Amino acid sequence: MDRITGRIWVFGDNVDTDQIIPAERLVSTNLDHLNDFIFEKVRPGFAQEVRKGDILVAGRNFGCGSSREHAPLSLMQAGFSCIVAESFARIFYRNSMNIGLLLVECPVGSPAEGSEMTVDPDNGSLEVDGQVHSFPEYPPFITELVRSGGLMNMVREGRI
Amino acid sequence: MKMGKTIVEKILSEKSGTDARAGQIVMADVDYVMVNDVTGPIAFREYEKLGTCTMHKDRMVLIPDHYVPNKDIASAEQAREMRDFVGKHGIENYFEVGRGGVCHQVMVEEGFAAPGRLIVGADSHTCTYGGINALSTGIGSTEAAAAFATGRLWFKVPETIKVVLRGSFRKHVGGKDLIIRIITDIGVDGANYRAFEFHGDVGNVPVADRLTISNMAIEAGGKAGIFPCDDLTREYIAGSVRGEYTPVDADPDAEYCMTLEYDLGELEPMVAFPHLPSNGHPVRETDVRIDQAYLGSCTNGRIEDMRIAAEIVRGRTVAPGVRFLVVPASQRVYRQMIDEGLMQVFLDCGAFVSGPTCGACLGGYMGILASGERSVSSTNRNFIGRMGDKDSEVYLAGPAVVAASAIAGRIVTPDDLEVI
Repeated sequence: MDRITGRIWVFGDNVDTDQIIPAERLVSTNLDHLNDFIFEKVRPGFAQEVRKGDILVAGRNFGCGSSREHAPLSLMQAGFSCIVAESFARIFYRNSMNIGLLLVECPVGSPAEGSEMTVDPDNGSLEVDGQVHSFPEYPPFITELVRSGGLMNMVREGRI
Repeated sequence: MKMGKTIVEKILSEKSGTDARAGQIVMADVDYVMVNDVTGPIAFREYEKLGTCTMHKDRMVLIPDHYVPNKDIASAEQAREMRDFVGKHGIENYFEVGRGGVCHQVMVEEGFAAPGRLIVGADSHTCTYGGINALSTGIGSTEAAAAFATGRLWFKVPETIKVVLRGSFRKHVGGKDLIIRIITDIGVDGANYRAFEFHGDVGNVPVADRLTISNMAIEAGGKAGIFPCDDLTREYIAGSVRGEYTPVDADPDAEYCMTLEYDLGELEPMVAFPHLPSNGHPVRETDVRIDQAYLGSCTNGRIEDMRIAAEIVRGRTVAPGVRFLVVPASQRVYRQMIDEGLMQVFLDCGAFVSGPTCGACLGGYMGILASGERSVSSTNRNFIGRMGDKDSEVYLAGPAVVAASAIAGRIVTPDDLEVI
C-alpha cells in the first residue's frame, strides 16, 4: 500500500453516521454527490473546505450507528485519502474496507487541525506534529481486501 | 485442551466449515441477505456492475420500509429502483407497501429469521433476530451485493460478553429498560467487535422483549445479541418459520471476555437522554417536558408494545400541546391492533396512528422535530438531529414510559399518572 500524506481535520469521539451524512440525504438521486452533505448538520460548510487527499482524524468509535455505506462513500467522494481513529464502529470498518477507503486504527492524541500527516500502512506507522505513532499490521485478509481495491474485485476474481 | 464455544463461534463454525474461534476471520455461507429501500440501490448497482453473474435469489429478501410509502419524488425514484430490480431478476422475497412493514419485523413475521441461522442485512438493526437465537448482523450495501452473487461473506469471529439475567421484570419495566441500562453501563462502544449472549432466567423474558434487547445490541457497538432458543421461542415462531431450523446453545465451558449480571426485579423504567443511547437515567430522577411521544420502530413497534401502551392510555387523553404518534412495525401488527380494539383506544385518546414505516425514527418523515422540540421515543437512537433539526432532542424509552409521557406531557412512568 502506498504512503499517504495529507492535511488533517480533527473530530472527537463517537462520531455517528447520522452526523457524517443525515438520513434525509440517503436517496439514490444523491449517490454520485454524497460529499455535498458531509457533516452538514454539525459542521455547516465543511464539504466546501475539504480537498482531495485530506485525512480525517477522530477519537473512539468513529462511524457508530447506522449501516449506511453512504457514510464512507461520502467521505471518499469528498477526497479523504484515509481516516485515522482510536477505534471504529464495526459496520463502518467493514463498509470502508469493502469499498477501498483505508482506515487506520491508531490513537494520535490531539494533533492540531491543519497539520500534515504521513501514513505508511505497510510499515504500520504514521507521523504528525513531529511525533511518530505505530499501529498493528492488518490481518492478511484485510490487506488482501485493500490491495484488491475492494470486495467486488475479489468477487470478480473469484476469490470469495 | 480446547475450550468450548459460544453460540456465535458455533454458528460461524457450522456456516464456514471451520473451527471458528474469536479473533479469526472466516468466510461463511449466509442463510439470508436482506436490503431495504435506502441500502438496496447501492447493492443493486454494485451487483449489476459484475455483469453476468450467479444470483442466490432464494436467500435474498428485499423490503422497502425507510421512505415508503414514498415521502417525496426522490424517495419515489429510489423505491422504484428496488421494484425494477425485483422485476428484472424475478426475486420472490419482496414485500410491497401494504404487505410488509419495517424490515426487521417482517424478517421475523415471515419466518426468514430462525434459531441457528446466519442472517445479514444492510441495516444496522439486523441484530434483532438474536432474540430468537439467530446470528444476525448489520452489513453494508456492497457486501450485500457480494452475498447476492456468492451467498457468502467474511466475518470476524467476535468475542462474547456473557449477560446473566436473574428474576423477572416488574410491571411496566421491560426489555428496553434493560438494554438502556446495559448500554449506559458499558458505553456506546462497550461491545464493539463483540457479541452479547444472554443466560440465566431468560425464560422470564418474553420473546418480544428479547427482540428489543437484541435490536439495540448495536447501540453498544455489538455485532449481535443472542438469546438461547427455548419453548417461548418455538411458540413465538410456530406457524411462521420457513423451513427447518437447528437451535444452537453455548458449550458450558465456552470462553467469555466479560460477564455482566442483572437482577431484573431491581430494574426501573429508564430513559436515555440526548445525544447517545448510553445517557440512561431512571425516569424518576428526571423532569423533561415533551412536544411529541413516538411509539413504533423495529425496537418497540410490535403488538406487545401496542398492548402495553393501550392499557396505559385507555380512557385518558393526550396532554394539550403534545403529539402522540403510533406507528406499528408491520401490516400484521396494524391489523392486529384493529382486531384487538387497540386502534379505538389510541384514536380515542387523541393519538395519530399511521401504517407501518421507519418514518420519523431516522428523521425520514411523519413526525420530524423542529428546532428546540423534544420527543420521547420508543426508537433506538437519539443522535444529534436524528429525528429532525440539529437542535431537537430525542429521549429513548420503552412503550410504557412513552405512553404515560404522552398523557402527562412530560417524561413519566405509568405509576406517576396515578398521582397526577
